[in-house]
Amino acid sequence: MAAINRDDVAHLARLAHIEMSAEELDRMAGELAVIVDAVKSVSEAAGEDVPATSHPIPLNNVFREDVVGHTFTADQALSGAPDSDENRFKVPAILDEA
Amino acid sequence: MNENHSNQLVRLTAAQLAAKLAAREVTAVEVVQAHLDRIAAVDGGDRGVHAFLHVNTEEALAVAAEVDAIRAAGGAAADELHELAGVPIAVKDLIVTVGQPTTAGSKILEGWYSPYDATVVEKLRAAKMPILGKTNLDEFAMGSSTEHSAFGPTRNPWDPDRIPGGSGGGSAAAVAAFEAPLALGTDTGGSIRQPGAVTGTVGVKPTYGGVSRYGAIAMASSLDQIGPVSRTVLDSALLHQVIGGHDPRDSTSLPDPLADLVAAARLGNVDGMKIGIIKELHGEGYQAGVEHRFNESLELLKQAGAEIVEVSCPNFKYALGAYYLIMPSEASSNLAKFDGVRYGLRVLPEEPPMTIERVMGATRAAGFGDEVKRRVILGTYALSAGYYDAYYGSAQKVRTLIQRDFDAAFAKADVLISPTAPTTAFKLGEKLDDPLAMYLNDVATIPANMAGVPGLSLPGGLADEDGLPVGIQLLAPAREDARLYRVGAVLESLLEEKWGGPLLDKAPELPAPELPAPSLAETVTSHGGSH
Amino acid sequence: MSDAILSFEEAMEKYDPVLGFEVHVELNTKTKMFSSAPNVFGDEPNTNVNEVDLGMPGVLPVLNKTAVESSIKIGLALNCKIAEYCRFARKNYFYPDTPKNFQTSQYDEPIAYDGYLDIELSDGTVFRVEIERAHMEEDAGKLTHLGGSAGRIQGADYSLVDYNRAGVPLVEIVTKPIQGAGSRAPELAKAYVAAVREIVKNLGVSDARMERGNVRCDANVSLRPHGRERFGIRSETKNVNSLRAVEHAVRYEIQRHAAVLDSGEPVVQETRHWHEDTRTTTSGRAKSDADDYRYFPEPDLVPVVASREWVEELRATLPEPPAERRKRLQADWGYSDLEFRDVVNAGVMDEIEETIAAGAAASVARKWWMGEIVGRAKNADVDPGQLGVEPATIVELSKLVEDGKINNKMATEVLDGVLAGEGTPAEIVEKRGLAVVSDDGPLLEAIDAALAAQPDVADKIRGGKVQAIGAIVGGVMKATRGQADAGRVRELILEKLGVNA
Repeated sequence: MAAINRDDVAHLARLAHIEMSAEELDRMAGELAVIVDAVKSVSEAAGEDVPATSHPIPLNNVFREDVVGHTFTADQALSGAPDSDENRFKVPAILDEA
Repeated sequence: MNENHSNQLVRLTAAQLAAKLAAREVTAVEVVQAHLDRIAAVDGGDRGVHAFLHVNTEEALAVAAEVDAIRAAGGAAADELHELAGVPIAVKDLIVTVGQPTTAGSKILEGWYSPYDATVVEKLRAAKMPILGKTNLDEFAMGSSTEHSAFGPTRNPWDPDRIPGGSGGGSAAAVAAFEAPLALGTDTGGSIRQPGAVTGTVGVKPTYGGVSRYGAIAMASSLDQIGPVSRTVLDSALLHQVIGGHDPRDSTSLPDPLADLVAAARLGNVDGMKIGIIKELHGEGYQAGVEHRFNESLELLKQAGAEIVEVSCPNFKYALGAYYLIMPSEASSNLAKFDGVRYGLRVLPEEPPMTIERVMGATRAAGFGDEVKRRVILGTYALSAGYYDAYYGSAQKVRTLIQRDFDAAFAKADVLISPTAPTTAFKLGEKLDDPLAMYLNDVATIPANMAGVPGLSLPGGLADEDGLPVGIQLLAPAREDARLYRVGAVLESLLEEKWGGPLLDKAPELPAPELPAPSLAETVTSHGGSH
Repeated sequence: MSDAILSFEEAMEKYDPVLGFEVHVELNTKTKMFSSAPNVFGDEPNTNVNEVDLGMPGVLPVLNKTAVESSIKIGLALNCKIAEYCRFARKNYFYPDTPKNFQTSQYDEPIAYDGYLDIELSDGTVFRVEIERAHMEEDAGKLTHLGGSAGRIQGADYSLVDYNRAGVPLVEIVTKPIQGAGSRAPELAKAYVAAVREIVKNLGVSDARMERGNVRCDANVSLRPHGRERFGIRSETKNVNSLRAVEHAVRYEIQRHAAVLDSGEPVVQETRHWHEDTRTTTSGRAKSDADDYRYFPEPDLVPVVASREWVEELRATLPEPPAERRKRLQADWGYSDLEFRDVVNAGVMDEIEETIAAGAAASVARKWWMGEIVGRAKNADVDPGQLGVEPATIVELSKLVEDGKINNKMATEVLDGVLAGEGTPAEIVEKRGLAVVSDDGPLLEAIDAALAAQPDVADKIRGGKVQAIGAIVGGVMKATRGQADAGRVRELILEKLGVNA
């Protein structure tokens, strides 16, 4: 496993949408390197033949019948919104695809 | 009601309060008021416990008054009241409640009011249990000391300079400080059991799926469970019986009917039961006083007629590492929704461009604390292209190995036993700058979450070297939570016999706040009560 | 900035196109994929939502059983294998229309896989499109970009988000690379999407209205020189949301890629945006390291296990497949092979079926749709079904003609009135004063006038040259502003001149 460096953290912070200062990136890289080192034995613990467990207690086919339940009014939906307009959530311009 | 009477009321267990309420020896309003007074007396101030982030004075008293009115009127409605009606409870502030703020201990949700109730909260309301307020926690339940709360740490009622455990330090401390007889916690890697251990209280992590997670703000979905916090094993069983059972809103909720856990707690014997010591979860790395109390409990159980066997779980050594891959991975995704668009904090970047991406980045930078950021980045790393197989994939395989270890162990023993935490409560600030040392606190509690099996922590006495509480952990196979209550209650009664009363009787009197300055209870309710 | 393009013919001479499609089908379940909020189009913003759709803290998803069954039906209709065991995964990316900042989707365990669809082209040949997979996922909310150059994401000052659509069940159908279509690639593209639309509509699992986004297509195009095995670099044109646009977009991208390749530049792997107004695409987002979606199994949902019994139960409920349905409809309607293929290619089979069901004769329905509406749709550059002609309108129009209240020429005028939103056919007849003049009195006067104006023509007719009558009929029609029944005019002229025709 590769060591984790500052550029890695900067990339991860972008993916995670958390702005970080240069100082924070350095600190985080140091801390994560220690943690990653401590958990690396995990990758060698289990052989190829061991299946992965994603649910501790296996259940299958848990469904909901297609029956309409409760809804919010627009006011309820928007009650916690930092900004709204015309009964919709208002967000600043989207950079993507500009 | 005089002060003395009030002090006596808060020291009663939930079962005792329920009996007095049913016999109409005391009113629910008196019980709730006594606890509100206690909160006002011990929770605020510089050296106060600070177990509560919000105190729900008006609503709690209103529910209590309703219960009293029903009881006074008598008839069918009074007969149909739940056993715990009128017995107050505190709720970890990770669980959403209509009418009270829910912060998850984070600035990113400060001031947010949920428009819906968690399933467990609906159940508390149906049982007419007054909710005293919301308890402090590590931000988004990420921590083992409650120091990572954005709203300041909770103090351990045994020593205000020490941590109350985490993430559910607020719930455990509230119960230990007699601010509430019962509380709800959540346990992802030990967040109910480890605070229970270091505060001398009882905490239970039910079988995964045994209690609905609907309305518990998710940290790691495949590990999280809501569970009871109390001062006695019986009280936890009573509360577990209220909150447990199938919920169609949680796809991972078990369809099984809930076992009679209260009957199990009242059974009173462990005859012929096999209790397995997990070789890997004691000894080296465990504080001497912890080990000593652990051995004492084994001895008591043996005398009570249980057979003690030793089991080995060789893969538990990977549990902590695997947990610190799975938990942050799931958390990184679960916490993505906190972005300043739909609710909660929005922070604008200091300089243009003012795009939504930058607003999200600035909001999450300002709204999340260091530990949350650390885990989100770690989880993002573990899931990212090229690393998934080595990290998340491998960790999920380790879960299989841990389950196999449990299967083998439970083939030899009905219940497993270990210390809950390797040490007693450490000092505030002691491990704050060393994440890895902090993570090691959960080494004995994490395997249960990884395999979904239930675990209970109960007080095992005080460590000789520091006089602080030691927790004893019991583990049972999935869906066999009743065994925990059966063994736990027997061990508890043997220990109390030895101590001559509950362990918490040995806790120091809490210092009154230095100044009769406004207590937290008054300041918080002034803006929260009317919503 | 517009891109250079090669002529389609030249592009085809030099290159071989490879296509791929991702078609998103919105299911018409009553509720959303993971919440019990209603799945309804067009309601007030943020009213078809509850805490789950808004991604509130603490919420959990629960899978809609009907959505799973609809997905299995789609898989079966696409001749797919149905997975015995499959799971959902989280696709992690931040976007304000995605309430949880991850989309709950299926990643490497689709519910249906390895299918095919046989597509009949206009020349009658059948082309097999192989289906890679069909998987379940949830739709996102709707963004409206405002301020700046309004309506476009570029230069907008802010956006408004409506989460009514968030969580609407989707099935995404992904093809394997489609090779060998050659110059028929644009036609195949259109025919494939039309076939998928037809299938889901026929199954009753989707409203399949492309104008409402019930069926949305992302089209992948790449070119390679003839004879080369390796695929070229592809572009993905997003949200091509009408059948005609699919055809045009594929055609345009082929021409654009050819020009890029001819210039010696590499094609950029990117998303492209389709612009209906200019019939061109523009560059969207290039593939980047931000496309690390960090998929992992959705821990809040449990696996779907489709037992053999369940799948067979669903298979038994499947309606007649479209190909068989077409055979049946052609027989029922009595259309020739050519007539029927024209109907199918024009994309009006469903409309004709509805019109016949509403009471029109098969020949009448075909005459209106093929003779009038398809042409108007072409002029308006929309699919015929999107023009807004209701079956009842056709029935009413044909009834007015049959009853002799208006003639065919007037009927087309009335149709234009309907399309212009002037009202029902009866109202338009009334409003525009259109009615066949049935009283012969005014007609006879007009005929006298016309005969007097052209005595030489009258003589020719009397002399047996009946075909010359057109000039007189034309004069009468002109005088009556087209309101006369031309057939009756002809009868009266011949009567007047004492000629037996």
